[in-house]
Amino acid sequence: MIGHPDPKLLRAAVPALSLALLLVAIFIIQPRTMSYFGLNLMLNLALPIAFATMAQLFILTVNDLDLSIGGFVSMVACIAATWLNETPLLGIAALIASIAAYAALGALIHLRNLPSIVVTLGMSFVWLGCAVLILPSPGGAAPAWLTAIVKFQMPFVPLSIVACAGLGLIVHLGLMRSAGGVVLRASGGNPQAVARAGWSLLKLKVTMYALAGTFGVIAGLILVGTTTSADANIALRYTLLSIAGVILGGGEFTGGRVSPIGAVLGALTLALVGSLLSFLRIAPEWQIGAQGLMLIVVLALRSLVNQFEERAA
Amino acid sequence: MSGPIEDVALVALSGVTKSFGAVRALAGVDLAVRRGECVGLVGHNGAGKSTLMQILAGTRTPTDGRFALAGKDIPIADVSVSRALDAGIRCVFQELSLCPNLTATENVRVRHATLSGFGWRRKASRLLTEALDSIFPGHGIAPAATVGDLSLGRRQMVEIAINFIVTDAAEPKLVILDEPTSSLDQSVASQLLAFARRFVERGGSVILISHILGDIFSTANRIVVMRDGAVVADRPVAAFDRAGLVAAMGHVAEDRDGRREAPAKSLREGEPMVVAMPPRQEDESRVAVHRGEIVGLAGLAGHGQTALLRLVHHAVHHRSRYATVKGRMAFVAGDRQSDGVFPLWSIGENVTVRSLPSLSRFGLVSSRREAAMEREWKETLKIRTPDMDDNILTLSGGNQQKALFARALGSDAEIISMDDPMRGVDVGTKREVYERIRQEAGRGRSFLWYTTEFDELLHCDHVYVFREGRIVAELGRGEFDEEKVLQASFEEAAA
Repeated sequence: MIGHPDPKLLRAAVPALSLALLLVAIFIIQPRTMSYFGLNLMLNLALPIAFATMAQLFILTVNDLDLSIGGFVSMVACIAATWLNETPLLGIAALIASIAAYAALGALIHLRNLPSIVVTLGMSFVWLGCAVLILPSPGGAAPAWLTAIVKFQMPFVPLSIVACAGLGLIVHLGLMRSAGGVVLRASGGNPQAVARAGWSLLKLKVTMYALAGTFGVIAGLILVGTTTSADANIALRYTLLSIAGVILGGGEFTGGRVSPIGAVLGALTLALVGSLLSFLRIAPEWQIGAQGLMLIVVLALRSLVNQFEERAA
Repeated sequence: MSGPIEDVALVALSGVTKSFGAVRALAGVDLAVRRGECVGLVGHNGAGKSTLMQILAGTRTPTDGRFALAGKDIPIADVSVSRALDAGIRCVFQELSLCPNLTATENVRVRHATLSGFGWRRKASRLLTEALDSIFPGHGIAPAATVGDLSLGRRQMVEIAINFIVTDAAEPKLVILDEPTSSLDQSVASQLLAFARRFVERGGSVILISHILGDIFSTANRIVVMRDGAVVADRPVAAFDRAGLVAAMGHVAEDRDGRREAPAKSLREGEPMVVAMPPRQEDESRVAVHRGEIVGLAGLAGHGQTALLRLVHHAVHHRSRYATVKGRMAFVAGDRQSDGVFPLWSIGENVTVRSLPSLSRFGLVSSRREAAMEREWKETLKIRTPDMDDNILTLSGGNQQKALFARALGSDAEIISMDDPMRGVDVGTKREVYERIRQEAGRGRSFLWYTTEFDELLHCDHVYVFREGRIVAELGRGEFDEEKVLQASFEEAAA
């Protein structure tokens, strides 16, 4: 068909184009953001969202859905702002235990053949409960070393941009290019075939959940490093943002079709929508609704891409 | 014919049984495969062939019996995929085991665990290309293509090639081919069978499962016949003839008498129920289907026939530039997994789903009427199951297909379109379904039937041959024979 763009290219281009459009709009409305300081300020809060989105991507790769990532990141933030600061050993042990808990959830979901949505929905309340127990009222303090890392001033390019690029590239290499990553994605594409080829689906799933837990922990640490204090509800909206970020980035809910670089771009887009709306002087009470509308528009673009693909097939 | 090399059997089963709950899929099977032989395995649907192959490949453990690999007994509880793979047993499953989200090269990696470390992608790509080149010369498949974007036939070719790959760590000694030719067109299928013969000459072993008896006779040295979960005959190929083989499978031998009696008056009169034009058609040719007519779509696989069916189906509820449809329509899928069965539903629900409005009272489905319809079609098409409430996936491939036929035939549709629906279906079931189609056509139903098997065209009143998305020939009853259809399918290549 002449005149139709290559659907694969289009799929890869949508997240990059949406982000570029958004940035251009922000730069026009508020030219001062086009500086080292301005970009750093805007993107600082996007970095933890990008990590949480990557955690979600690992779960979506194996055809599951994680509704607990927001609660989990909140809990990690609370641990980081209390135990990790006051009794670092206890804090580290708690973070490792929470990653182990994530891995165990993966094993449970696989072995008992449970729907991940139900298990993680339940767990989201458990994480939130833990967060409230650890830090009953907003406060706490981030460890000094953590703040120092997150607020580190890189020459020329803000740290958050380098970190986002590094995140996308590393996960791309690990999941999309490496031999091990291929098998992990395969278990989302056709689990039965993977089992028939002699791989353990249990190990694959546990690996993915453990990776998700690890990235969730990193997201929580960065978040506390940026905000310097925590709150049990600090990251609850990450659950939906992370799912939307993966889908916006070119991923699918099932079938192991994901794109790590796209997911980072998707996460940045969603995080920046908030900034744009502030610059447009939209009242905060309207912002969430406006954010939702923009999300629908962008996801509609995605489904348009899907239609192109079907027509090309 | 050279006999197989006398050797310890690569794999030997004795008295192997397998039960799924109340259903006994295997009732004590003895089977040994030696080096350098091709065993043809035949039997009607549900005879236990696929279950037996799953045991050989290690994906299912037998309930009871003895299992030996290269002369060494293995406790049946220890039968596993990795043991089978270590012994060089590879299996091309009927429902393909490729990951559609990965590229062909990446699928090689999934199957061959030793391909890892730096440069694995290049190596896997080279191995795949070599295998494809030696089995299917001129295949035209790019190793970097995503499997989900390939046609069913090409996916099958990739799957077959992956199983014949020799890596540093492992080589195939016994390759099981379960209905390998069902989604390949004839020229590619013969390439595969020729390769299988060369593989066997070099000392490899093949188990070939096929419902196309010609394939079995041309390729196998030995034929094993299964019926009701047991081996009922196991003899060299020379000891069988076509009729004898069909009789051993448990069906009365019949000649090619399937040709439909010409109706007294031509059906191609009056206004057609369906008129459709392939989007790439440049001249005035149109596919037309009249009431009570069986119209065949022929040609090599993937030349626009399925696309036309999809287009016609779309035109039932939408305005379409390319097709007009007057009447209700039902569809029988060929690619069961992707557009046929509802995998989480029971057999009965899969049958009744197209007819729920007519089974309803006051907007609620009447479970009594639903059960009656399920019972009726279980009897009519002889669906082999103890209970229509079982999950659809408990059925063998052919019986799942029967359920899909029941869904379409039991509905109120006046036109039934079929997308190569007989893939992997055994001779007996085919005959029953052909018979049914003829009866239904006699009662005024119309059929639009895409098929890759020439024999099935003999049941049609009118045939359109497709090539490169266009109608290239239109043949009425009595005008077509195999040669004409093939000629039209290949014309461009010959010129």
